[in-house]
Amino acid sequence: MTYPSDFKYTKEHEWVKAEDGIGVVGITDHAQKELGDIVYVDLPKVGSTVEKGKTLGSVESVKAVSDVYAPVSGEIVEVNELLTTAPEKLNDDPHGDAWLVKIRMSDPAELSALLGSTDYDKYVEAEAASH
Amino acid sequence: MTTTAAALKATPLNAVHRALGAKMVDFGGWDMPVQYSGIIDEHNAVRQGVGLFDVSHMGEIEIRGPEALQLVNFVSSNDASKLKIGQAHYSGLLYDHGGFVDDILVHKVDDDHYFICVNASNQDKDFEHIELSNRSHAKVEFASDRYAQIAIQGPKGLDTLQKLTKTDLASIRYYHFKDGEVSGVWARIARTGYTGEDGFEIYVAPDEAARIWYELQDAGREFGIKPCGLGARNTLRLEAKMALYGHEINASITPLEADLNWIVKMDKDDFQGREALAKQKDKGITRKLVGFEMIGRGIGRDGYEVHLNGAPAGWVTSGGPSPTLGKNIGLCYLPVDRAVPGQKIDIIIRNQPIEAVTVPTPFYKRTK
Repeated sequence: MTYPSDFKYTKEHEWVKAEDGIGVVGITDHAQKELGDIVYVDLPKVGSTVEKGKTLGSVESVKAVSDVYAPVSGEIVEVNELLTTAPEKLNDDPHGDAWLVKIRMSDPAELSALLGSTDYDKYVEAEAASH
Repeated sequence: MTTTAAALKATPLNAVHRALGAKMVDFGGWDMPVQYSGIIDEHNAVRQGVGLFDVSHMGEIEIRGPEALQLVNFVSSNDASKLKIGQAHYSGLLYDHGGFVDDILVHKVDDDHYFICVNASNQDKDFEHIELSNRSHAKVEFASDRYAQIAIQGPKGLDTLQKLTKTDLASIRYYHFKDGEVSGVWARIARTGYTGEDGFEIYVAPDEAARIWYELQDAGREFGIKPCGLGARNTLRLEAKMALYGHEINASITPLEADLNWIVKMDKDDFQGREALAKQKDKGITRKLVGFEMIGRGIGRDGYEVHLNGAPAGWVTSGGPSPTLGKNIGLCYLPVDRAVPGQKIDIIIRNQPIEAVTVPTPFYKRTK
């Protein structure tokens, strides 16, 4: 899997793609692989605000619950309804159709602190090697 | 996961799991496969065809001598005097106060020889407990190092294993066993399991385990056999409402509370925990294990609080999605008068009460 170069990444394995002040947020392919069969996705309400680094929602696999952290701060303007009925889509297309939320970013400068695709890829490899 | 693999115990099949690309986890100090192809995929293979599990981490304790039965019956709650040679049963190893040291499978090998299968993370404690309780001349042996254990589970389990043994598997009834050969070497072949499905658990010499594993994979190929990890083992046993130590049962829970009255035989000779259980029976239990299904969106998981009418009333012991039923199910402790099917409850999931209802168990029962 190659990680899209126009995304930014967190060390907690979320991605964000910024366009016109809106950040589309998801979890990475590495994250879905680690979780295994995803059976439930819990997302915030449209209109609520989230803070960078704080819990945004959660993703549950058969085995475990994993918190998702907001990679950027702002207001939730859309949540992906597809995941309510088909959470398993997160296993198939984590970087595409199975995005989680869209955030109207209150501080787009937060993006610069996130990892680029090359650095994220290295980070995942280093993490795997340390296991 | 910062624990290094070197600090963990490994079964004789560890290299096999790694070669098969399993995801490995620290399970009570053991480096074990949690999944290979995926929990749901593996779960379905066991319900519909056959699955292969490495359960070599489980412990084995052997009790021998003319007083073996006396000791077994003193330390366990079921009545081993009812076992015939070649028969096994589920039982409780209890403290004097009635709580569980462990849950165990007792196999009667001979009149003076019992073979006990115990939980991996409890095996040292169990052995010590039995040794300390031994007031007879029975010989207690910690035998875990002499056995690897492989479970072949599912409706095609018999056909798979039959290819590797001359022992007539159909003649072994449920919860019975025979000593024979698998792949040309000694094996104890038991028709037991922890999945709610028909199948076998075989005990073999550790250095034969890898070869036998691969031969079983070949034998089961036509039935779509899948190697299965601890993840599927857990979803399967939960559907069948089989207890897991540290979840449904522990040192402070008695068999009466855990809905396991059938493994307590009060009419046999004295056994550890008997007096405490007699008292509890007299006074009546206050809490009891019961199954539930989620109604609201969410998954009730191990340790979550259960509320009745807005007030804390119990806790979830095991919970998660049921791949067979397509529902989110679980087990929980509730006040005994509420531990009946049809009771509306709330499971507290991330500080939110989510609606659920108690249901009859087991959640899944195979058609025979």
